[in-house]
Amino acid sequence: MEIAEELAKQQKAISVAEFFEKNRQILGFDSAPRALITCVKEAVDNSLDACEDAGILPDIFVQIKKSGEYYQVIVEDNGPGIVQEEIPRVFAKLLYGSRFHTLRQSRGQQGIGISAAVLYSQLTSGRPTKVISKIAANRPARYCELLINTAKNEPEILKSEDMDWERPRGTRVELEMEGTYVRGRRQSVYGSLKSTAIVNPHARLTLVEPEGNVEVFERVTESLPKKAYAISPHPEGIELGELIKLLRYTDKKKLRVFLKETFSSIGAISAQELCSRAGLDPEEAPASLDHDAAARLHCAFKQIKVKSPPVDCLSPIGEELIKAGLEKEYRLDYIATTVRPVSVYSGNPFLVEVGLGYGGELEKESRVELLRFANRVPLVYQQGACAITHAVESVSWKNYSLGQPTGSGVPVGPVVLLVHIASTNIPFTSESKDAVADMPEILAEIDLGLKEVARKLRRYLGRQSILTERREKEEIIRKILPRIAQKLSDVLEKDLPDIGPVVAKIMGNLLVFRKVERNNGLLSVKILIENHSEVLRSFKLHEVLAASAESVSPAAKVVSLGEGYDYHWKLAIAPGQAATLSYSITAEGVALKEPVIEGLDAEIVTGARVI
Amino acid sequence: MEKSDEKNEFEKRQKVKKAERSKIAQENLLLLADSLYNQFQQGIVPHISLPSRTKANIEYSTKEDVWVYGDQETTRSVKTVRGAKTLLKTVHLAELLINEHLKNNRGSTLREIYYISENWDIAKFHEQAESDRLIEDLEIVTALHREDFHVRPEEDGAAVFGPLRLKEQTRRGDKEMHCQEDVGEAGYQIPFNVDNIEFLSHDAKMVMAIETGGMYARLIENGFDEEYNAILVHIKGQPARSTRRIIKRLNAELNLPVVVFTDGDPWSYRIFASIAYGAIKSAHLSEHLVTPGARFLGVQPSDIVDYNLSTDKLTDKDMQALRSELTDPRFNTPYWEKQIRLQLDLKKKAEQQAFAGKGLDYVTKTYLPERLTEMGII
Repeated sequence: MEIAEELAKQQKAISVAEFFEKNRQILGFDSAPRALITCVKEAVDNSLDACEDAGILPDIFVQIKKSGEYYQVIVEDNGPGIVQEEIPRVFAKLLYGSRFHTLRQSRGQQGIGISAAVLYSQLTSGRPTKVISKIAANRPARYCELLINTAKNEPEILKSEDMDWERPRGTRVELEMEGTYVRGRRQSVYGSLKSTAIVNPHARLTLVEPEGNVEVFERVTESLPKKAYAISPHPEGIELGELIKLLRYTDKKKLRVFLKETFSSIGAISAQELCSRAGLDPEEAPASLDHDAAARLHCAFKQIKVKSPPVDCLSPIGEELIKAGLEKEYRLDYIATTVRPVSVYSGNPFLVEVGLGYGGELEKESRVELLRFANRVPLVYQQGACAITHAVESVSWKNYSLGQPTGSGVPVGPVVLLVHIASTNIPFTSESKDAVADMPEILAEIDLGLKEVARKLRRYLGRQSILTERREKEEIIRKILPRIAQKLSDVLEKDLPDIGPVVAKIMGNLLVFRKVERNNGLLSVKILIENHSEVLRSFKLHEVLAASAESVSPAAKVVSLGEGYDYHWKLAIAPGQAATLSYSITAEGVALKEPVIEGLDAEIVTGARVI
Repeated sequence: MEKSDEKNEFEKRQKVKKAERSKIAQENLLLLADSLYNQFQQGIVPHISLPSRTKANIEYSTKEDVWVYGDQETTRSVKTVRGAKTLLKTVHLAELLINEHLKNNRGSTLREIYYISENWDIAKFHEQAESDRLIEDLEIVTALHREDFHVRPEEDGAAVFGPLRLKEQTRRGDKEMHCQEDVGEAGYQIPFNVDNIEFLSHDAKMVMAIETGGMYARLIENGFDEEYNAILVHIKGQPARSTRRIIKRLNAELNLPVVVFTDGDPWSYRIFASIAYGAIKSAHLSEHLVTPGARFLGVQPSDIVDYNLSTDKLTDKDMQALRSELTDPRFNTPYWEKQIRLQLDLKKKAEQQAFAGKGLDYVTKTYLPERLTEMGII
């Protein structure tokens, strides 16, 4: 026997289950703390997807229990349930799922996640996974105990029977596995659920931790996210091989019809234009195109301008709910949000949403907290490898009032940044879905989104500093100046000095200052009015006097009241200028009241009553 | 009989002097308060102007041969919260000094003043450096010294050992002593207010200010003070005001040459500079504290070569300090230029104690006599 023939005997197909058995890190089960997080995340993602598809507000219960040297993970939802024939394959067959072949935004994509958790559980604890599912209140629940036959990648059913379950419908999965339960950081079951709650404000999540501590992430909205619809592939950025495949397997007889029906955003006119640009007959059968013709068509795709893909294949969170989600989990002074329009990379529509929270209880001196999400799923690992991080690092944050010590990198300041990418197909760097790949189109969109919220932040901080200045001045006026005056009069044993003129100067107010001298039974009165602001002040000044005044300068209008006279002057004083009024009046039985200003706000006048 | 008359005379003079200075201090503080009060009355935003206390704002006064503040000024005004709070604190402090200290003839230490502010509410000091700085500000605006406000430092003054007889006025009466015969091995501890001392008589030919306690003790043990009629002053690192003041008085009143003996590193040159030229932080007191005639004895960078001393490597911080001294106006002389550049080349520094490597008597039998001869002092 030849060596090659000898070797050929050893060649055999590898089941996908066997492959993942040996390469568990690819699926996110590479460390003990992470195994628990990944398992919870996969189960919760499935529950959320199922609930949303069925139009149910998700109510998900997660419990982690210590069971001997293993951990028991229980995830229970109020979703539509799974029909009993499907239960084994959904949980115990890898690459089995409903979402791989459609172009629609969902959390799960490949049908690996939960079965990978089942596989990990059986590898580490040797125990089967227990599933209960019920599809209607008047039907019994189904109880299954499942293992995966890794050689064949097929479910092995240890037990399958009807049972009573108090829920009207829903699914409960129970897995036992090796793991470590950690707390107090973002890379934990708690942290990952908290992040999930932020971008799924329509869900109620309950977590029971091993020590019995219960955390509830309450929902903040009763409305479900807009349902995402399946769409056809978009022509922009499609690869040649993909196009050839579509041409070869289509059931359409005419190229013109093929183009119109296979792709989104292509109508009769665009189809015609594509054909003429590629020098092809629109009536030709798609399957008859050779490689050269397909390449010309591919080339034509790049030349024509097609409209963006329809938005309804995506389900963004929306500015309002991003705000609500951030408000729910953080105490913040300010939130800015933005939703970018739909864009396309390699034929896949995507959109970027960004939220920025500022101030409150966030650390001032530490690095900005970055929350990354893809299709409403939090990304907690491999921050450094992710396109979102790279986009954040390349923004020049110093232009937006945040610190960036080395001129690039994650900025420093009391900020939490939320970036959500929604797409029919998120380009992850690996199957464990930790980081988004650096697609140039995605990087560009994140960059634009970040700069939009950053501009809003800068505007907010600009406004704040004006307010702060005003508050500072008030502190000087209300607390400090009176005390300085008091101390000075104590030390010098003199009367309290009049701080009015100084207050007017600091506040930029209109200062009214009256000086009275008495001689020969007459009061000679001088009123000095100074405008310390930077704008022209027009107003009326009234003096209400018990007797009539003499030598009034400049002349005033006089209105006789029942018991006296109202003298008033119409004045306009330019910034930094002053005016003087004077008159004299008999000192007999005359008590001067405070001068009155009409036509200005009270807080910009010092030394007079304002009406 | 004669002696007791003399004693009474001294006491009387001191008392009058003290009472007078207290009165002046009180008047000057009240003047400051009055100017702020008038600013309020005239509608001027209250403020105080002070010279800015930076390296860039010291200049050489040819009149006194010392470094003093230049014309650059900073203004504390109530226009900002910071400025307003500082002025409030200043007024509080002035009140404390007038009502508690000067009227009652009491005093506090700098640290105590910091603690007294505890119940001043928003006028409370956040750290002692803040109250220290304000005291210095008050010295500048009133042209007085903190001793005149009865404010004293925590730090010990210098110790003095040598052929000098003096009289100190203390709260428990006058004490007369000879700084070799009546003191222990540590020498005579000078009080914080050096102006309470009167020099009576001396046999000294020079004053030697010494940085480290080790060298001070070595010179006493070797009998250097007796052999060369030297008054030894232990300056204990960066010299306190009282230390600089007594050196100044020994120089001015007894007409004795002053030499400064420190380690051979950039920080020690700054010690010398504060004795001979003045300190940046207290340039307003230069005329009172600085001894322009003081000369640097060593350890010079050139001694490292000439005496082949054992050395340490300069650290990055040392190098930085040396370079900064090259731009310091006080060190802008050919002598310092040459010595500092030499040291930057050598990248080495030497301690005073390095002479011990050549025997315990080497410093008193060889190095100091050679250097002092070179300087023309013996």
